[in-house]
Amino acid sequence: MLSALLIMAGIAIVLGAALGYASIRFKVEGDPLVEKIDAILPQTQCGQCGYPGCKPYAQAVANGEADINQCPPGGEDGIRALADLLGREFKPLSEEHGVEKPKSVAFIDEQTCIGCTLCIQACPVDAIVGAAKHMHTVVENLCTGCELCVAPCPVDCITMEPVRETVENWKWKYPVVELRKVA
Amino acid sequence: MISRLFKFHGGIKPDSHKSESADFPIRPAPIPPQLVVPLRQNARAIAHCIVEPGERVLKGQRIGKAQGALGTAVHAPTSGTVVEITNRPMAHPSGLDTRCVVIEPDGEDRWIERHPIDPLDTDRAVTLAHLRDAGVVGMGGAAFPSHIKLGDGTGIETLILNGAECEPWITCDDRLMRERAAAILDGAVILCDLIGARRIVVGIEDNKPEAIAAMRAAAEPLEHAIQIVPVPTLYPAGGEKQLIKVLTGIEIAHGRLGSAYGVQCFNVGTGHAVHRAIRAGEPVVSRVVTLTGNVSNPGNFEALIGTPIETLLPLAGPKADTNRYLLGGPMMGFALPDLSVPLVKGTNCVIAASDALFPPPPPELPCIRCTSCARACPADLQPFELYWFSRSHNFGKAQEYHLFDCIECGCCTFVCPSHIPLVDYFRFAKSEIWARERDIQAASEARNRFEFRNFRQEREKAEKAARLAAKAAETKAKIAKEPDAPSADPENSPADAKKALIAAALERAKQQKAAIEPKNTANLSPETQAEIDEIEARRQEQRLPELESTPPGPDEGASEKQEPVR
Repeated sequence: MLSALLIMAGIAIVLGAALGYASIRFKVEGDPLVEKIDAILPQTQCGQCGYPGCKPYAQAVANGEADINQCPPGGEDGIRALADLLGREFKPLSEEHGVEKPKSVAFIDEQTCIGCTLCIQACPVDAIVGAAKHMHTVVENLCTGCELCVAPCPVDCITMEPVRETVENWKWKYPVVELRKVA
Repeated sequence: MISRLFKFHGGIKPDSHKSESADFPIRPAPIPPQLVVPLRQNARAIAHCIVEPGERVLKGQRIGKAQGALGTAVHAPTSGTVVEITNRPMAHPSGLDTRCVVIEPDGEDRWIERHPIDPLDTDRAVTLAHLRDAGVVGMGGAAFPSHIKLGDGTGIETLILNGAECEPWITCDDRLMRERAAAILDGAVILCDLIGARRIVVGIEDNKPEAIAAMRAAAEPLEHAIQIVPVPTLYPAGGEKQLIKVLTGIEIAHGRLGSAYGVQCFNVGTGHAVHRAIRAGEPVVSRVVTLTGNVSNPGNFEALIGTPIETLLPLAGPKADTNRYLLGGPMMGFALPDLSVPLVKGTNCVIAASDALFPPPPPELPCIRCTSCARACPADLQPFELYWFSRSHNFGKAQEYHLFDCIECGCCTFVCPSHIPLVDYFRFAKSEIWARERDIQAASEARNRFEFRNFRQEREKAEKAARLAAKAAETKAKIAKEPDAPSADPENSPADAKKALIAAALERAKQQKAAIEPKNTANLSPETQAEIDEIEARRQEQRLPELESTPPGPDEGASEKQEPVR
């Protein structure tokens, strides 16, 4: 009886020590789930989800604080990918966080710009160049289209222009079958 | 030496329709009233424009400088005046605009001074730069820069000259080989020396006996190891990987190129262009293009690059029931979205199509999994699987089934009993995957920039705090040193210390103000001084009553203004 107890206790101690060692030795820094969610998010850094950037939103989703349908730039595809990853049901984009729009970039009307630097401070990805009292301009291929620079502009010289289709980003369309009239 | 030929998987035998246009010699196309030279000759690179509207240019003068790793130069195809530099639709299935130089020819067709070079006597790098600046690109259709394909001049054993021309209807390479075999082979020899290959193998489909005979006759006097090999007529024998397989038996693995196996392919047209560029110093300003299909006068024409297709068509005389035009062959070409698009270096054929000649495909029916497509696929793929995955937007799975090994030859579409436009699905899937790839790349860059910005803001905050702390400590030390400071014990009463600091600062400011004398009152005459005094006195009088009844307005206005903008 006693020996059985001792053996069981011994096994428990050995296994416990092994598990304890493993938890220290193979400790994972950070939450891998956050990284995975962050990889799905479009990195627009627009804050429409209510969090200051994509990473904080990913953190909130991982913690269960935020829902998966709060990212308008990610759109329906993004929600589907998040639903797949987290094993949740798909739900349509929540309206209070905005609507899905075609990807666009900010454009500064250089005639109107007064060089106040407010948009430069607002840009989350440092895609606007310029200096105080000098004209500013948007670096087109760095702009994520977050629209954060539009509101601060005191002279309303920033507009959002949809990304133009060029030979580089042109896509073949999904084949459409023409239906012919049956006489 | 090649003693036996190999066979690639699949392939089809469509009606070749070569005789329509192959029996007439190459005719020069007249200079059109206006040339539209795109600065972009393919989807990868665009040349940097170096001319301005109104400038006079000579034939062969460089109008676009090569830029980027895959860039090549662009030249004026004839002498004339640059009318404008503008966006015009390009020869691309999208019909999208690209930057073009519009030239109005003067009809003189006067060449710029030409500089032939001797490749044996010239440094290899100089020769490659010469080819780049002569705008030599692959004339088979892809318009890939030839100097890039020549690599570093090592590791290539066999240079294959592609004269297969397997697509139906097209005969421009056939005619070129019949008429200019010596020039093509000279270009091939130059390429062979530049790439360091030991032998040249010319693969020509056996439905072109005249071309084979002409090339054989031209190869005889040459010292190089040149072999002219007739290959069985089977579409797509002219595909790079397929031709390499047929001639050498080498199967190019997934994701690799022929150069990894010591083989490099060039089109016969490229050989001709290299010959012109090196021996005559003439850049690529024209090419041979087949005009055929539903026309009364088919044939091959040597046309200037930039000739609008619509001015080229009357040479062949399209028949009345022509309802669309194909650029390239019927298998891999595309319907022209706009007839004003200009001829580019990769344009080998324009086909006038009518419903009688090219009946529109019957409606798409469901896939019956007959696997005819897999039997016909020259890339050894399973098109029916790729079709399911592309159709259902399951792109990851499509990539697992090696979608990107598809050469879009159209064999599967040709054999499909359900008339499914398989290649259209594959093109759609490929461009979707590329777009996603671009999005992921952009997102990762945005993430990095966002994180760096946050890091920078934190750092700036910390730096500012450190600076302020250092300054505060300095002032404190200063006060502690001065024993006659107003408050004797700053340690015990911090409020007093602060007050003392403010008082000291005010005192300093006052002293500074007093020290500054207005410069414009330094050397005044007594009259002016008197005048100023009078004005000052008047001002004082007026100001007094005003100060007594100051309206409270400005303060309110200020507080309103200070409200946050956001």
